[in-house]
Amino acid sequence: MAKRSIVPFGPQHPVLPEPVHLDLVLEDETVVGAIPSIGYIHRGLEKLVEKRDFKQYPYVAERICGICSCGHGLGYCMAVEEIMNIQVPDRANYLRTIWVEMSRIHSHLLWLGLLADAMGFESLFMESWRLREKILDMFDETTGGRIIHSVNQVGGVQKDMDSTMLNDILSAIKDIESQLKPIINTFLQDYTVQSRLKGAGVLSREDAISLGAVGPMLRASGEPYDVRMLGYGAYKDLSVEPIISTDCDSYARCEVRLKELLQSFELIREAIGKIPDGPISVPVKGNPAGEYFVRIEQPRGEAIYYVKANGTKYLDRFRLRTPTTSNIPPMVEMLKGCQLADVPILILTIDPCVSCTER
Amino acid sequence: MDGKNEIRKISLAGFFPAVVAMKAEDWRLVQICAVTVDDGYEMSYSFSKGYDMVTLRLEVDENEEIASITHIYPCAFLQENEAEELFGVKIGHIEPDYHDKLYRIDEETPFKKKE
Repeated sequence: MAKRSIVPFGPQHPVLPEPVHLDLVLEDETVVGAIPSIGYIHRGLEKLVEKRDFKQYPYVAERICGICSCGHGLGYCMAVEEIMNIQVPDRANYLRTIWVEMSRIHSHLLWLGLLADAMGFESLFMESWRLREKILDMFDETTGGRIIHSVNQVGGVQKDMDSTMLNDILSAIKDIESQLKPIINTFLQDYTVQSRLKGAGVLSREDAISLGAVGPMLRASGEPYDVRMLGYGAYKDLSVEPIISTDCDSYARCEVRLKELLQSFELIREAIGKIPDGPISVPVKGNPAGEYFVRIEQPRGEAIYYVKANGTKYLDRFRLRTPTTSNIPPMVEMLKGCQLADVPILILTIDPCVSCTER
Repeated sequence: MDGKNEIRKISLAGFFPAVVAMKAEDWRLVQICAVTVDDGYEMSYSFSKGYDMVTLRLEVDENEEIASITHIYPCAFLQENEAEELFGVKIGHIEPDYHDKLYRIDEETPFKKKE
């Protein structure tokens, strides 16, 4: 029997943009177990809901994460709107959908860059992040902020897009899409990428479901589950279908995200083509009383927002179950049997967001 | 597509059998949420199957212990440790149990309502 040893991984590591720690149990260089540990950046943002007016809290919710900020604001607002029985105007739903799809493009491009960097593929990293800058510029033009957008509010959105802005988005995504295609080709065809990702970190469909995987991690294991199918926002009017792969490995997770980028371009085009005229918000009267669970599909997967309100302007509880919280247990399973040298890449393939997870 | 989204209240005695039944029916665990109420806690365990979501709602007194479901749903360990550490919910036999060291924070049970 090989000698067992424990190797600490993280919280500071070149491939980790945020701190997470793993105790890796090794037999020679094969991982036979892993114990995850978080807790370096807990901020207690959920607790702040007891001290902020429920109409102010979207500003806090979107600061949970710098990548899915628009979605966090949206999830919170949707939960409060459901409790207060507020019908959000159609135009606001379309605007929200356009912004969250832009967030998905932003997030996936960021992840692709990190993956390329972890593989030592510097030019691919720079190409991915160069395109990401264009998405951030689009956010800047349409919301006034590159990272924190402050567009969602209870009852709708705060900012509208005129036809010039919508046309700018169409031409920008056309430009980005044309420049992305060679990058996609490299990720899917290049020998270096394939040799690092194919057959690495296999997570079977059964394990993915039973261990609670969500998002691209789940869909890359062959399960067609995408919360956008529930039809929240403008998705009820758009052609959205879950993108899956049945290879169940790291390459499959990369492939799913690449195809989701192309899907997001199409969804934005469709939403801009169908966006109705009209108001972008409705007045909110009174205070919420009740509770509700909302699910939305963030770039990293299903996120669940829970709001419990007591009839005052301060809420009793806001809870966010992030995609990374759900993807850590399957990641631990996936690491078993892999080589130590593959651990950084495999951790990256779940696209961990520790900032969201610790809140 | 509409997904069911319902909350079912359940007693402490009926909790564990209900979770076993969810597992047997292939529901996946999607979230665990603790809320402080007047004299204890309200625990919500949400399960999903297809696009339906069902939440089992359990009310416990401050000193009552809930059995961990990590032996049925191993993926529950992070959220159970979080409920125990941030709220002070007593959850027995979590696997693995971080013993209030999941988050590296100085204050004990910071989310518990203080007098």
